[in-house]
Amino acid sequence: MTRHVLGRLAATAFIAVVIGFFTLPMLWLAAAPFDDTPTITVSIPQFTLGNFQAILDNPYAAGSIVNSLLQAGGAAVLVVVLAALAAYALSRVHVPGRDLLLYLLLLMSSVVTGTAAMVPIFELATRLGLIDTHLGVILVVSGGLLPAAIFILKDFMDETPTSYEESARVFGATPLQILRHIVIPLVRPGLSTIGVWAMASVWGGFLFQFILLRDPEKLPGSVILYTLYTEGGAPKLDLISTFSLLYSLPVVAMYLLVSQRYGFRFHGGIKR
Amino acid sequence: MTTDAAGLGKARASAFVLPALALIAVFLIFPALWTIYLGLTDYRLTGLAAAQPRLVGVDNYTGALADTRFHTSLWLTVLFVGGSAIAGQAVLGFTIAWILRSRRGPVRRLVEGVVLLSWILPSSVVAFLWIALLDRSGGTLNALLGTPGFAWLLDYPMLSIIVFNTWRGTAFSMMLYSAALENVPPSHLETARLAGASVPQQLRDVVFPLLRRHILTNLLLISLWTFNDFTPFLLTAGGPEGRSEILPVYVYNVALRGGSLGAGAAISFLILLINLIMALAYLRLLRGRRRSQEAAAGGPPA
Repeated sequence: MTRHVLGRLAATAFIAVVIGFFTLPMLWLAAAPFDDTPTITVSIPQFTLGNFQAILDNPYAAGSIVNSLLQAGGAAVLVVVLAALAAYALSRVHVPGRDLLLYLLLLMSSVVTGTAAMVPIFELATRLGLIDTHLGVILVVSGGLLPAAIFILKDFMDETPTSYEESARVFGATPLQILRHIVIPLVRPGLSTIGVWAMASVWGGFLFQFILLRDPEKLPGSVILYTLYTEGGAPKLDLISTFSLLYSLPVVAMYLLVSQRYGFRFHGGIKR
Repeated sequence: MTTDAAGLGKARASAFVLPALALIAVFLIFPALWTIYLGLTDYRLTGLAAAQPRLVGVDNYTGALADTRFHTSLWLTVLFVGGSAIAGQAVLGFTIAWILRSRRGPVRRLVEGVVLLSWILPSSVVAFLWIALLDRSGGTLNALLGTPGFAWLLDYPMLSIIVFNTWRGTAFSMMLYSAALENVPPSHLETARLAGASVPQQLRDVVFPLLRRHILTNLLLISLWTFNDFTPFLLTAGGPEGRSEILPVYVYNVALRGGSLGAGAAISFLILLINLIMALAYLRLLRGRRRSQEAAAGGPPA
């Protein structure tokens, strides 16, 4: 019996330590944005919303959110459209070696990481004139996201019955009409999941954006935030804290949306 | 599904697949292959070798393999993966999943919520949160411990990024093990407990054998991700004096900051090879699982 009680006590103590460990670094993000005089130490804030003005005063902060939207949104649209087309064709038409192809693509996407490919990607983007363009970032990140997107969407497509498509075909619908009016509505949850997943991973992404972009006018939020705390002089804590909060909220919102709506968790292989 | 229900036909089907394949070929597969060629040249970001790179054969590879900075970096990477992924994320993630397995309600949701939040926040945000936490003069950690002026990131850079990455990535292991533990029949544990088995004995004799594949899958995936993780760059940039220069940061410092693209490409190729070994091991594991499930389905009940 004592062993049982001791076990319960140890478990409770462990839970308390875990909550403390994971919460401690985040307290600053909750307190500093609303503190009259934000410092690096966590303290109970003298409440104010004035710090958010700092975002508008900085020449690049607000624009970087727009850049993040362009790059993350662009990549999400490109990945969803291309992956849906490819997944549909691969699901409905039997191509010899299809499973091996998908398998190899998935293998490549987990092997060719940003770390392993940063040198050739930088070279390639330089030669194609894609340095300092939104398009460069969109194309590079999409190449890495597409294999997993095709793989997951093909699973969705395989599970939808083909009988609707067959009857639509009997009534003379063209393949593109069938895709638009029948298949896409059926797999919409899959498409939204892939879209939000692509958007969230590009929104938070750092490495490719960091090496492909130099012009501060083009930098997304992730890189602008890094320059804010690494540039010389005393860090502007009002700006860093409010910007961090503003830039984090969409990711949290996207995660909650997907996990509540589709009961989907960012599972293995999904987040890199 | 092999019936062509929508009447796509081979030609149109190819047109549907091609754009995606082209993008993957140009921006994923070609860079990987090109790394091999670049690694054999003396290519530089600027200067004479930038205009006319020469083939230098395997000089970059022999150079890297003989370079003590590379050796140090490789060793730091082993420490980083072993410390933060295996000893950190996997052990902490399993322990949390084990302790929470029979709990429901607000405490469980709170724990899962904060662990997940540290995983989904953007990396440049969490990096600054940790810089603030560990700050020398005003950091919250020094204020709590009563050690003002202690420079964690300068004196213990490796320990700092290992603890940081444990904090950052435990969520994945926690979720994987929670899902896996739900499949352990409670009766097995109950029997072991009635037979007087202590918790370590229950884990060793009942839980770990049942979860062997989950554990291997988890260890391979988090090792692969941690091995390629660039986020520590945001905390220490590899410093001070290269004391936290893990391989991803080393490649960046050599190739893009130092300008030696050829030498950087050679290291990239070595990283690709190590990634390939880990990914192939993972895929083998997945295939093995499918086969053993089929075997179990066809065989007598265990």
